[in-house]
Amino acid sequence: MEKDQDKIINDVTSGEYKYGFYSDIETERIPKGLNEDIIRTISRKKGEPDWLLEFRLKSFRHWQTMKMPGWANLKIPPINYQDIIYYAAPKQKASAENLDDIDPELKKTFDKLGIPLEEQKHLTGVAVDAVMDSVSVKTTFKEILAESGIIFCSFSDAVKEYPDLVKRYMGTVVPYTDNFFATLNSAVFSDGSFCYIPKGVRCPMELLTYFRINSANTGQFERTLLVADEESYVSYLEGCTAPMRDENQLHAAIVEIIVENNAEVKYSTVQNWYPGDKEGKGGIFNFVTKRGLCRGENSKISWTQIETGSAITWKYPSCILRGDNSTGEFYSVAVTNHHQQADTGTKMIHIGKNTKSTIVSKGISAGQGQNSYRGLVKVLKNATGARNFSQCDSLLLGDKCGAHTFPYIEVDNQTAIVEHEATTSKIGEDQIFYCNQRGISTEDAVGLIVNGYAREVINKLPMEFAVEAQKLLQISLEGSVG
Amino acid sequence: MLVIKNLKASIDGKTIIKGISLEVKPGEIHAIMGPNGSGKSTLAAVLAGREFAEVTEGTVTYFGKNLLEMAPEDRAKEGIFLGFQYPIEIPGVSMVNFMKTAVNEQRKHRGLEPLSASDFLKMMREKKELVEIDSKLANRSVNEGFSGGEKKKNEIFQMAMLEPKLAILDETDSGLDIDALRIVANGVNKLKRPDNSVIVITHYQRLLDYIIPDVVHVLYDGRIVKTAGKELALELEEKGYDWIKKDVGENNLK
Ligand SMILES: Nc1ncnc2c1ncn2[C@@H]1O[C@H](COP(=O)(O)OP(=O)(O)OP(=O)(O)O)[C@@H](O)[C@H]1O
Ligand SMILES: [Mg+2]
Repeated sequence: MEKDQDKIINDVTSGEYKYGFYSDIETERIPKGLNEDIIRTISRKKGEPDWLLEFRLKSFRHWQTMKMPGWANLKIPPINYQDIIYYAAPKQKASAENLDDIDPELKKTFDKLGIPLEEQKHLTGVAVDAVMDSVSVKTTFKEILAESGIIFCSFSDAVKEYPDLVKRYMGTVVPYTDNFFATLNSAVFSDGSFCYIPKGVRCPMELLTYFRINSANTGQFERTLLVADEESYVSYLEGCTAPMRDENQLHAAIVEIIVENNAEVKYSTVQNWYPGDKEGKGGIFNFVTKRGLCRGENSKISWTQIETGSAITWKYPSCILRGDNSTGEFYSVAVTNHHQQADTGTKMIHIGKNTKSTIVSKGISAGQGQNSYRGLVKVLKNATGARNFSQCDSLLLGDKCGAHTFPYIEVDNQTAIVEHEATTSKIGEDQIFYCNQRGISTEDAVGLIVNGYAREVINKLPMEFAVEAQKLLQISLEGSVG
Repeated sequence: MLVIKNLKASIDGKTIIKGISLEVKPGEIHAIMGPNGSGKSTLAAVLAGREFAEVTEGTVTYFGKNLLEMAPEDRAKEGIFLGFQYPIEIPGVSMVNFMKTAVNEQRKHRGLEPLSASDFLKMMREKKELVEIDSKLANRSVNEGFSGGEKKKNEIFQMAMLEPKLAILDETDSGLDIDALRIVANGVNKLKRPDNSVIVITHYQRLLDYIIPDVVHVLYDGRIVKTAGKELALELEEKGYDWIKKDVGENNLK
């Protein structure tokens, strides 16, 4: 079985997707299927308190009354939720505080992904929570962060060690009834990261959570909760990859952010799930609910996302601007090549006075890729002085792909100023030729031009991520022109 | 270095280049003049490998190789540089990044290691001085928002960076003010070495006061109808193209 898998992987590896390998790690899996027993099993495996099990069951019962949403501009094949494994965990001694307790194969996997688990090996200034399938395998620099009162740990550990914090915030931004996939996540979620930045603390490191799907037939349902207390700041990063497989795998996550007075959270994602092969076979279904609440005055949330992977992306990182003078930002680059589909964008909900939001979305479509921007700017009655600026650009490579924009604007306050600009352009043959004439191959020229087009967004990423993102953009468009 | 024999090329089935023969030897400067629409830029495009013009007849050899079989980027790496009549804007791509990619591709082709960031920046500085280009231009995106004259100067800057064996400058002088014209011409002269060659396409004699050609050709309706020394440019400036057109007309009647 494992051997077959290796063969399949080798066969489909044509060099484009660098992270498509599978690691032979001893893994504990529960049976396929979804029912209350499965949920009890997950909860028991995680040693959870009763209130959390109740939350899961309540969510599951609600989910059973729901239907998969059909409004997105996506062709989603039917998903059999009984055919998915909802919990798979690398076998190792529980919560490895000591690095020697971690399976060497696991260490090797993360080394290969460029995310070493040894602190001394790591890029200085980045603390990592590494999640494989359903569990967090290691969180680095926990102690150093703890010195300034910062909590950065796996969600499971947080439930055990900081139950009050988890109870206070979980589900307050994305309620368990929110939407089909969020409700499913609330029932079966496994690991993710928890982060709390106390009052007045500027987090001295970038915090990174790296998600890896490894096991076959499993879904990943992680949950991340980030709380920035008054006057604090954190820059949080998220990366993800998965092996190449012929089957589709489901990833349905929740991210909740709460930001208090004068605090700021910068949340950056480089999403590189396996996109499927050139014929559209396999790939991750990425159905994610991300939402931040600017609860305090002058608070700020900035989402930056580079979406190059996944067969289907359904994702709208949003900001609820409740505090007066709070700010929400959304910077996005989404690439769809071959048969990839993306329906992504944001919601900016202006509730407080003088709230500001900025949306910059850059869609890139190649091959037969379909890319939709969907965004809502909503200004409520009391949001006097609210301002929004949206810019949605689409770049087309070739003539079999598509770009679509669905902007929704709802304004209930006369003083609000909402601006929307949209452009669609084709990558110019004359631009490519100009590069060719200087000795640059067409493939590299496309990389350059696309990176130039996306620069405004890439510049928002922390340095190391920006370099990675640039390479990724180029790789994901290989073979799309010429 | 460059031998063109009976070259014919068409765009969308319409013949634009109607049989051109031309030889450029190492170290020579050739000027090509001729009325609007006569095919000067099309000839330059064919030499650089732009696909919209289809070669229907004839041969082009470059250092003994069949140029027409080479991909545009390979021609560039073999030392052919085209100064565009209308340089292209590439938003968001910095000149530094663009030139670094180009220079390193060409180095790779010659079996050289890529330049380190500091060596590269040093080279940029030197070349900027050589062609007297404003430092700020080199920090912006490729041609984005450049004025017409700035774009032309930027072409010469790129030429300085890439040190081509054969530079084809398509109306690099048009749209330049008097100072810029001098700067561009001086740049070309400074870059001139005994073994590299230049083809300047121009409408104006005044450029040829600075860049002294060995030969001047007149291209008219897809053909080279007259070839002479640099004094031909003066004559054209004085008399325009009518007398040549007449000559050609008479020849065609025969
Ligand atoms: N892409 C194109 N599609 C169709 N026709 C073209 C194209 N490019 C050039 N032509 C035609 O080919 C002929 C020659 O054009 P070309 O640009 O080579 O002239 P030129 O000698 O460079 O003129 P100028 O002095 O105005 O720059 C013109 O009739 C022009 O309209
Ligand atoms: Mg021309």
